[in-house]
Amino acid sequence: MPAMRVAVSFAGVLKRFGAFTALDGVSLDIGEGEFFGLLGPNGAGKTTLISCLAGLARVDQGSIAVLGHDVVRDYRTARRLLGIVPQELVFDPFFTVRETLRIQSAYFGLRRNDDWIDEILHNLDLTDKADSNMRRLSGGMKRRVLVAQALVHRPPVIVLDEPTAGVDVELRQGLWRFIRRLNQDGHTIILTTHYLEEAETLCQRIALMKRGRILALDSTANLLARFSGHALVLQLAEGQCLPEALRSCCRAVRGREVELALERLDALEGVLAILRQAGVTVADLRLQPPDLEDVFMRIVGVAEATP
Amino acid sequence: MNIGGSGFAALFYKELLRFWRVAFQTVAAPVLTALLYLLIFSHVLEADRQVYGVPYTSFLVPGLVMMAVLQNAFANSSSSLIQSKVTGSILFVLLPPISYAAFFWAFVAAAAIRGLVVGLGVWLVTLPFVPVAPLQPWWVLLFALLGGAILGALGVIAGIWADKFDQLAAFQNFLVLPLTMLSGVFYSIHSLPTFWQAVSHYNPVFYMIDGFRHGFFGISDVAPEQSLAVVAACFAGLALLTLALLKRGWKLRT
Repeated sequence: MPAMRVAVSFAGVLKRFGAFTALDGVSLDIGEGEFFGLLGPNGAGKTTLISCLAGLARVDQGSIAVLGHDVVRDYRTARRLLGIVPQELVFDPFFTVRETLRIQSAYFGLRRNDDWIDEILHNLDLTDKADSNMRRLSGGMKRRVLVAQALVHRPPVIVLDEPTAGVDVELRQGLWRFIRRLNQDGHTIILTTHYLEEAETLCQRIALMKRGRILALDSTANLLARFSGHALVLQLAEGQCLPEALRSCCRAVRGREVELALERLDALEGVLAILRQAGVTVADLRLQPPDLEDVFMRIVGVAEATP
Repeated sequence: MNIGGSGFAALFYKELLRFWRVAFQTVAAPVLTALLYLLIFSHVLEADRQVYGVPYTSFLVPGLVMMAVLQNAFANSSSSLIQSKVTGSILFVLLPPISYAAFFWAFVAAAAIRGLVVGLGVWLVTLPFVPVAPLQPWWVLLFALLGGAILGALGVIAGIWADKFDQLAAFQNFLVLPLTMLSGVFYSIHSLPTFWQAVSHYNPVFYMIDGFRHGFFGISDVAPEQSLAVVAACFAGLALLTLALLKRGWKLRT
């Protein structure tokens, strides 16, 4: 981890629900100002970890601190430092957008917060909905309000739990522009998402979780370098088939298209030599760069790419 | 127990705004129900029937007012909590640094206020039919506040305990409603057989109604000081229990 002040620290966090171990000794430090990704399949423990951080769930063992403040012993300070965008699309149907944000501000002791509320509304493209009742908003709009609620008290640490689930492309782009700006202003961002390309584009570091454990923790670049390789996609000519020697590195077959895994770029020459030697005619070929989905599949092992 | 700057004011305001936004349902409807009770009972039982030496309809009014205070105080905190639990919006009060004491007092105070508003409404709409004014308003206010706070606290427990509306309805229909209906709202317990008079003394709502009624007529089944002691002790016990449950995060924080 880069040398920086720790924004969020998880130390040996264990959480059980009856006989089920949701978090199995998670230890992790997230630096101040980082854009951090928390990835894993459903049931990996990401949301439980965030719930423990937010004080919605209590850890059975271990401790969690936000900027040095324990989330149990010093919960009021810790919660002031956190802004959490929940995964579920929840809202209070009695209030307008502006009332919702004013009430949320007041929960944090902020009485006169309209300038910042206006700025958030503007950045999330909600200004013309400020006086609309929450019930009248579309799902995407409600999601934006959830983001706004998490930001009303200008928390230095912002946690986004699947913030773009079910959200249209335009909002997603706008939301990330705003979150990026907050990150550039020094806010620490912790993101869980199922959209791996989002994590790959946005996150400086990533933790991959499965069954309550962290399986991999590194910078996005290192993870891509360590666990992913390039993919060589071949379009075989009519009647041609893949030589036996290349079957072990075959990831997928789609009609005449074959996808081969390349651990390193210099393996390309060897593959082409085998094809030449076997007399296989290739109609087209293209090289695909490493991606996080590949890393995810390899580490988490949710699914196997089969030839 | 310091609740200043702890989110109390914001949560209290939000709870008030919440019931005021649906005032037809939360204020007007119970006022109308109480008025219907009065009109029907007075039609059936009027004649020259008297209790404590006052006409039955006059005797009935304070009971109806207090019943409205109690039932609406319970409904306010319990329905707000169950609704926010079912919809998930309870998150908005669990994520900020709101202390458990502030949480308790905000819900209880808002519940008591709704009870008082509905009670005041019931009294005002019954005035043209049965003009009854309190002789000792301080007893009236004190018992209304304490009664509303007790049922508000009970509503907090019920709202947190219930996982679905059905469970809350059971709590309301099988506990709160019998306790209020069988507490002397419609009768003096002296009109009951000895056994049921004794049983009534174990119902804390009886003391709330009786003390409240004393404020109107200066007459009651038991001394108002005794009723006040019972009601205050009930509130203290229930408040301590609710605060302990909230501190533990019972059914709110896993």
